[in-house]
Amino acid sequence: MVGKIKVEGVVKRFQQQNAEEVIALSGIDLRIEAGEFVSLIGPSGCGKSTLLRLIAGLNGADEGKLYIDNEEIKKPSYERGLVFQDPMLFPWLSVYDNVAFGLKARNIYKTNHAEVQKFIDLVGLSDFSKSYPHQLSGGMAQRASLARALVNHPKVLLLDEPLGALDAFTRMNMQDELIRIWKERGTTMIMVTHDVDEAIYLSDRVIVMTPRPAKIERCIDVQLARPRARNNPEFLSLRSKILEILHFTGTVTEPNYYL
Amino acid sequence: MKTVNAWLPALSAILAILVDYGVGNIDKHMPAKHPYFMYLLVVLLGVFTISALLSYFNLKVKKWIEDRSLFIAVTILFLNIINIVTKKLGLLPVIFFPTLDKILSIIVEDRDFLALCLSSSGKLLFTGYIFGAIGGFATGIAVGFSNSANYWISPLIRILGPIPATAWIPLVLISFPTTFTASAFLIALSVWFPTTVMTSSGIFNVRNAYFEVSSTLGAGKYYQIFMVGVPAAMPHMFIGLFNGTCASFITLMTAEMLGVKNGIGWYINWQKEMMAYANVYAGLIIIAVTFSILITLLFKVRDNVLVWQKGVIKW
Repeated sequence: MVGKIKVEGVVKRFQQQNAEEVIALSGIDLRIEAGEFVSLIGPSGCGKSTLLRLIAGLNGADEGKLYIDNEEIKKPSYERGLVFQDPMLFPWLSVYDNVAFGLKARNIYKTNHAEVQKFIDLVGLSDFSKSYPHQLSGGMAQRASLARALVNHPKVLLLDEPLGALDAFTRMNMQDELIRIWKERGTTMIMVTHDVDEAIYLSDRVIVMTPRPAKIERCIDVQLARPRARNNPEFLSLRSKILEILHFTGTVTEPNYYL
Repeated sequence: MKTVNAWLPALSAILAILVDYGVGNIDKHMPAKHPYFMYLLVVLLGVFTISALLSYFNLKVKKWIEDRSLFIAVTILFLNIINIVTKKLGLLPVIFFPTLDKILSIIVEDRDFLALCLSSSGKLLFTGYIFGAIGGFATGIAVGFSNSANYWISPLIRILGPIPATAWIPLVLISFPTTFTASAFLIALSVWFPTTVMTSSGIFNVRNAYFEVSSTLGAGKYYQIFMVGVPAAMPHMFIGLFNGTCASFITLMTAEMLGVKNGIGWYINWQKEMMAYANVYAGLIIIAVTFSILITLLFKVRDNVLVWQKGVIKW
């Protein structure tokens, strides 16, 4: 199994416009096993998206180091696929060409082009491969953007609130879709979310982060059998446990997570 | 507009034919060899009678003619009025306002020479345009993606760009070996500036997330520039090209009127000095038709390249 992530003593600061420093991450240590499904949850400003961007290699850490399979992360790579809340499909390319983008960029399209259709089928967009992004609904666009990241066979898939912009029903469908893809591919998944239910429903482990200073508050193992029921008593008790952690730490004056 | 009759253009043409045939001419004008305006009206009458008849059988033709019939009818009426004002009544100074017969006769009888002028203008325009557009793309992309190119070239663009290309004429005409190269350079310059500015601003405006996504998909620097930055900036580039095209027409005409010794702009200027205003109008009509065709072509190319934009941005 590949796709083990190690984060060691990572500190990240941002300069504000008035030259004040904001500490986005203060000394994060984290290990994510290969093939694990992990959620990062917490209120705005807790640094969960920043941590994801560091793992992706889009930003560098000010202190500390990040590793994937014991290799230091220095820049973005196709090995760590990224899916944003906004699908960010290239509007000038059809769904097919969007999904083929990674293979073409890596110059392996000729030998691997069968993969493109395979992943379009996997996310259920077989009939839309010739459509342009503006012709797709939000859920379909997000599926396409999943296929685009998956076609590269990433070791780790980073999901930054991937379902945040979808309506409740599409969202629940997409959650099942994510689980199905994760089981089928065995890719390590790291997902940022605001939604406690979503985190418990999907993950092996929920990492709760708190702001000011942005740090990991607690890691909670979700030992529930899959497929999970959202109204299972254990599910509900985990849910209130996480909510309590976010409530009683005292650093958040106002609850700004979404229920 | 639905009630507008498909027969209106044909009726308007018949009216014009009746006027031209029935009303006597004033004898201040030099008569043309043939009644060309009458020929034109007969052709128009034929075309619009057939399309009016076809509109009963074909929905496409019906839609086409019904959308435009009022406009076409009024246009023919306008020509009719010009005909009355010039050939029939001579209300305007005859030297500056020749008859439509005379203007059309120039287009027909002088066609070989006009075609020669047009082709030499075309050669000049395309030479300048190609160099200007390629140079504009190259500079725009360099400025958009390279910090050092931005640092060194941007001020240059800001200072030199807004100077109208035609203002360089005195300098350029003496520093280039031929008037052709000099004019081609001026046209290139006038296309280069808007293309450069719009290309670089298009690239500056590309959402950074597109580059981030493409880098996590395994795209290298140059792949990102040409497969993400350039296509994303394409709508801006076409605006630049469009502005450049308009500027190139102005520069072409000015260059031909001031320095170059052939081409359609030169023809108009020459005929003006000979007080042959029928030829001037003939030249203007040819320019109008040609330039409008060129702009339409550019729009067609744009619609094909930017097919993905339909529904995103309305033009």
